[in-house]
Amino acid sequence: MKLKHWIIFLLGLSLAACSAPASNKPTISILAAASLTESFTQLGAVYQKQNPEVELVFNFAGSQALTNQIRQGAPADIFASANLQYMFTLENEGFVNPNTAKIFAGNQLVMIVPKNNPAKIQHIQDLAKPGIQLVIGAEAVPVGFYTRQFLDQANSLLGENFQQRVLSNVVSYENNVKSVLTKVRLGEADAGVVYRSDVINAGDEVLVFDIPPEINIVAEYPIAVLKDSKNSRAAQSFFDFVLSEEGQTILMAYGFSPLSDRSLSTQQN
Amino acid sequence: MTSLTVEKKKINTALPSREISLKFNNFWWLATFPMLLFITFPIVALFLQVTPTDLWVSLQDPVVGLAISTSLRTSLTTTLLTFLFGLPVALLLAQKNFRFSRLVDTLIDLPTVLPPAVAGIALLMAFGRVGLLGSGLSDLGISLPFTSVAVVMAQLFVAAPLFIKAAAIGFSSVTPELKQAAALDGATRWQTFRFIILPGTWTALLSGLVMTWARALGEFGATIIFAGNFAGRTQTMPLAIYLGFEINLKLALTLAVILISFSFLVLVLVKQVLYPRFTD
Repeated sequence: MKLKHWIIFLLGLSLAACSAPASNKPTISILAAASLTESFTQLGAVYQKQNPEVELVFNFAGSQALTNQIRQGAPADIFASANLQYMFTLENEGFVNPNTAKIFAGNQLVMIVPKNNPAKIQHIQDLAKPGIQLVIGAEAVPVGFYTRQFLDQANSLLGENFQQRVLSNVVSYENNVKSVLTKVRLGEADAGVVYRSDVINAGDEVLVFDIPPEINIVAEYPIAVLKDSKNSRAAQSFFDFVLSEEGQTILMAYGFSPLSDRSLSTQQN
Repeated sequence: MTSLTVEKKKINTALPSREISLKFNNFWWLATFPMLLFITFPIVALFLQVTPTDLWVSLQDPVVGLAISTSLRTSLTTTLLTFLFGLPVALLLAQKNFRFSRLVDTLIDLPTVLPPAVAGIALLMAFGRVGLLGSGLSDLGISLPFTSVAVVMAQLFVAAPLFIKAAAIGFSSVTPELKQAAALDGATRWQTFRFIILPGTWTALLSGLVMTWARALGEFGATIIFAGNFAGRTQTMPLAIYLGFEINLKLALTLAVILISFSFLVLVLVKQVLYPRFTD
């Protein structure tokens, strides 16, 4: 008898748990690049205070993973990518209406080392120091692509085979920028390359080295409302909020550079 | 004596099982359909996505070859280490009422119920460069994360319990009387193990090893956290499939098809050896 009661109790509980979020609020799900984790969480909190009638759900991951989720039909309303390429892909495949995506922020790369700096790294050139354990993004992850671009540009300044020497120090290609940060923060890797926005609030956990602007890159972040959005009006209002002055101020506080309100050129370069 | 009882058992079980199977055929087999279909359908769907040309082209990709060789190298090492270091634990567990028996038993169960990501973080906290033991190791110039050794450790942590449990059950099925009789006849511990215990339990040991090997081959979560991702060193087939899914779906599908075929073949082969009656 007792067991029976327990079973009924547990069944009731699980039913209640399943049916609990039955509110009629419009829910917008936002798929955003991993590097936007902190800034978009903050943007969401401010937005929600002003728009309590809307529910926001975030999914942060590598932009390449999110692009794939959208192509496989994941229900989503907004996509914010860490590079233009994936937005173009979705535009070309009809998931985003042409000419609706906008660039809302820029970002730059920095080199990070663990707080105790086990490899005694002093400047960017040390990325090529033989034997250091370097962790960077995989090539398909925007940060990995940008890292290669920066290394390529660094060749002209730091010697012809700089890129090659740096890449021979890589011990792991991570699938999003936050994994790079974590492995450096834990002290598992001697150095890593991440976005400035990733370390703006991790300042006391890692040492940050600036990369000179002449060899650095500018990562452009586009945002768009997806064509299949079920709540396109609510989604559009969040989109507008990101591009608004208030939204831009928040993004800048998280280390992004203002690039707002620039339309994407439809030509992919 | 023993052969007689075995024959008796066979006669006893033959009759009711036929009755059951008759009933089964008539009615219950319908009820097996949803589950069997649910497992078959995705696998068929996966295979339908890959044309032989795709398979051939993807096989030329160096990433695929490296992933296969990394996977085989690490998972076979794991299986060997599991046998060497798991066997004593299995023998211990087979003696049911030793001190702390419940504790050891639960401990061995733990990795099989833990999410692999937890295993990966735990390994990092223990053997990472700043981990409990890892910091001492790194003073000696040994660094485990991001190496093939780390891949094997992740697999060992997650997969070894499968063998240990299977072997322990096998060992505990050997009757104590038999062991006592052997001891009375002057057999040493090794001889008892070699001539009494092993012949009666090798099927359990082998199937346990195969389960461990298959689990090691599929290990993903602990590996990507503890060992990272580097082609030819730590990028096993599951890692290549996961990253391939984001970049190059064809490559991921090819590896998936290879992994499934491989596991299926080995399971069939082992079952053929272990339970020949299934093939009658």
